[in-house]
Amino acid sequence: MRTSTAARLSLRTVALGYLVLLIGVPIVLILWRTFGEGVGTFLESIRTPAAISALNLSLLIVAITVPLNVVFGVGTALALVRGRFRGRGLIQAVVDLPFAVSPIVVGVSLILLWGSSGWFGGIENNLGVRVIFGLPGMVIATIFVTLPFVVREVEPVLHEIGTEQEQAASTLGASSAQTFWRITLPAIRWGLTYGVVLTIARALGEFGAVIMVSSGFPGVSQTLTLLVHSRYIDDHNTYGAYAAATLLMGLAVLTLLLMTLLDRKRSTT
Amino acid sequence: MITVTGARKNYGDFAALDDVTLDIPAGTLTALLGPSGSGKSTLLRSIAGLERLDAGSIVIGGRDVTGVAPQKRGIGFVFQHYAAFKHMTVRDNVAFGLSIRKRPKAEIAKKVDDLLEIVGLDGFQHRYPAQLSGGQRQRMALARALAVDPEVLLLDEPFGALDAKVRADLRQWLRRLHDEVHVTTVLVTHDQEEALDVADRIAVLNKGRIEQVGDPVSLYDRPANDFVMSFLGSVARLGGQLVRPHDIALERNRDRAVAADALTGTAGGVVESVVERVVRLGFEVRIDLRADSGQRFAAQVTRGQADVLGLQVGETVYARATHGPDAYELDPALAI
Amino acid sequence: MLLPLAALTVTSFGEGWSGFWDAVTAPVALASLRVTVAVSAVVALVNAVMGTLIAWVLVRDDFRGKRVVNALIDLPFALPTIVASIVLLSLYGPNSPVGIHLNATQPGLLVALAFVTLPFVVRSVQPVLIEADREVEEAAASLGASNWTTFRRVVLPTLAPAVIGGTGLAFARAIGEYGSVVLIGGNIPRKTQVASQYIQQQIEIDRPVNAAAVSVALLAIAFVTLFVLRVLAGRSQRREEDSA
Repeated sequence: MRTSTAARLSLRTVALGYLVLLIGVPIVLILWRTFGEGVGTFLESIRTPAAISALNLSLLIVAITVPLNVVFGVGTALALVRGRFRGRGLIQAVVDLPFAVSPIVVGVSLILLWGSSGWFGGIENNLGVRVIFGLPGMVIATIFVTLPFVVREVEPVLHEIGTEQEQAASTLGASSAQTFWRITLPAIRWGLTYGVVLTIARALGEFGAVIMVSSGFPGVSQTLTLLVHSRYIDDHNTYGAYAAATLLMGLAVLTLLLMTLLDRKRSTT
Repeated sequence: MITVTGARKNYGDFAALDDVTLDIPAGTLTALLGPSGSGKSTLLRSIAGLERLDAGSIVIGGRDVTGVAPQKRGIGFVFQHYAAFKHMTVRDNVAFGLSIRKRPKAEIAKKVDDLLEIVGLDGFQHRYPAQLSGGQRQRMALARALAVDPEVLLLDEPFGALDAKVRADLRQWLRRLHDEVHVTTVLVTHDQEEALDVADRIAVLNKGRIEQVGDPVSLYDRPANDFVMSFLGSVARLGGQLVRPHDIALERNRDRAVAADALTGTAGGVVESVVERVVRLGFEVRIDLRADSGQRFAAQVTRGQADVLGLQVGETVYARATHGPDAYELDPALAI
Repeated sequence: MLLPLAALTVTSFGEGWSGFWDAVTAPVALASLRVTVAVSAVVALVNAVMGTLIAWVLVRDDFRGKRVVNALIDLPFALPTIVASIVLLSLYGPNSPVGIHLNATQPGLLVALAFVTLPFVVRSVQPVLIEADREVEEAAASLGASNWTTFRRVVLPTLAPAVIGGTGLAFARAIGEYGSVVLIGGNIPRKTQVASQYIQQQIEIDRPVNAAAVSVALLAIAFVTLFVLRVLAGRSQRREEDSA
């Protein structure tokens, strides 16, 4: 369809205008407000003990979530692609569940399951392990919302590489373990990395599910996103909220760059 | 030596292998030939252990391997789509089987270099499969399969994904390679020309059964039935029987045709036909004919014969078979 | 995975069907659900149009910096939702340099949800547009169809499944959204309080049954949306296959 120059330009203007108003201007503005008072002020604001503890907590949650999701995600993807068993359709649907469930609903469900008056409340009441309002609750909430990423990135790659390479390895004498480590894993490595990057981004950025299950004490159980929220709402520290948000945004942009890079890598190999 | 006895394999209602029994002599290059869905690939993959038989047994080199995993069968397998390990260099691909067997590094290096030279890929050691052409990839896959000194080499439509010219070249090359290394080789193909070209022996499969086994010449000249006849080359229906187009002789004179036919004595008789089209295909000339029964068929003659006949569209000729379509009935021993 | 949701469902019916019904139809709860669905529907429709337009510009148009724009589309996915909230507040909030105060208004909700759901339609339409057979468009043009007719009768039908799919995902995301509306929405009951905020509030004042019941209602809306989508997508796909 050959559009006239005028039509093309006006379409372009509308599209770009929408993007600029919705994304561009606000981001420029927040960057300007963050760094307008100098880089020093920014650094000071993200170096308070509460901010550092929040960063550490966020990273700790990521560090626990990622390995668990990698093992589970690759296992599930293999089962879904290679396996022939009943209930595959059900598992497919369950894997996508976190995409359809509101983070707040995830939080509520976890409270009702693990909270002191919930089904597994006994664990907290008898063993003294605080799940809700403790680290385990935040980790479980994060795992819940990031569960699909690795599965959904690895699954299509497994489909595409098919089973021929694995069969070839077995005719050459490789055991199934050897085939997995030497053939399957290298073949899915970029898809897996992509899934991990998405997992990290979401784990760092998760807010709704985590705020429900965290006690939110500064310096103890505040993640970066909770810090942004509490600085803005509780402390009326607008600048501090901007600074912390800019830090998170920096991480998000980094993720974005990684994703673009990986995307190119995936399509060339 | 491979012996398959009473092999059966069903996919749901579909019988991919229906009581197949086949001997493949040591050192030969045998082609499994058949249309798609005939069970030829299933048979090959069963020999490799990539498919599990429902019934029957497979013996390789005197050892019953029916329940043995593919890793332990001593086979080399080449896939239609190469199954190249994309994240490994050519060298690592070829070395894979040897490194699994934990052979010394020096031995692996020497063996890989030797093999790459044999398959004509020396100098390509450090390339990745994506940097090779289809033909080169398939030669790499062949070197990879040969590296572990397999007892038998199994090739599943190895040239199917290549274009016609490369396919013909690789075919010749495979034949020469086989004459050098003499490993028992089984090749699956749906291309009768390819089977006739490279194989010592051909097993024709149809609907999960073996129709006939034999050397290329006897299969072509003395097919066991109509299926083998029509699968192994083009055929024309002349007087109710199947004849190869180049086995049809044309005469302008009816009496001469009848006299000649009396000498060769096939059952087809002399068929009066009208020329519909004359097509010159280089050295060959194809003449499209319509019999007085309305049946259309084609005869194939040399350019010299065509010039002598000087046929024009619309003229009447008399066609007869020079080579008996019923020859296979004379030698029932060849039929299985 | 399923256990938490089972606990949720059981709790929501803890006081029987009537308890569930009372909790969902409590005026404030109902109002929050109504606001959620209405705003989400508007946002989904806006992004259906704008998303298709942006995808078109990204695929068929060519200009400097296109790749940057293309990367920008994913930003709302990568950006933590609370950051999205802060970012939008900086422009449209109390300190707005242009004097637009959308804080604690329904348009404020619209902007926030439009921001987080922007990528869905763009990213589902874009690949289809890239794959689309341009010869079909040229054929339509050669038969005398105007650009608008070609778009409406030839291009749009091929894009429809992707547009519908993306819009549905955007809607499903919007009704559950919390982080991006928490700061800009204002949380005013019956006006700008969305369902997720209501749920959070009920948990804070220790009314788990109310929270669970509205959660289940929210879940049900999301599932019905996704289910309808799947049916629609399946139908249009079958139609394409039949004609192929």
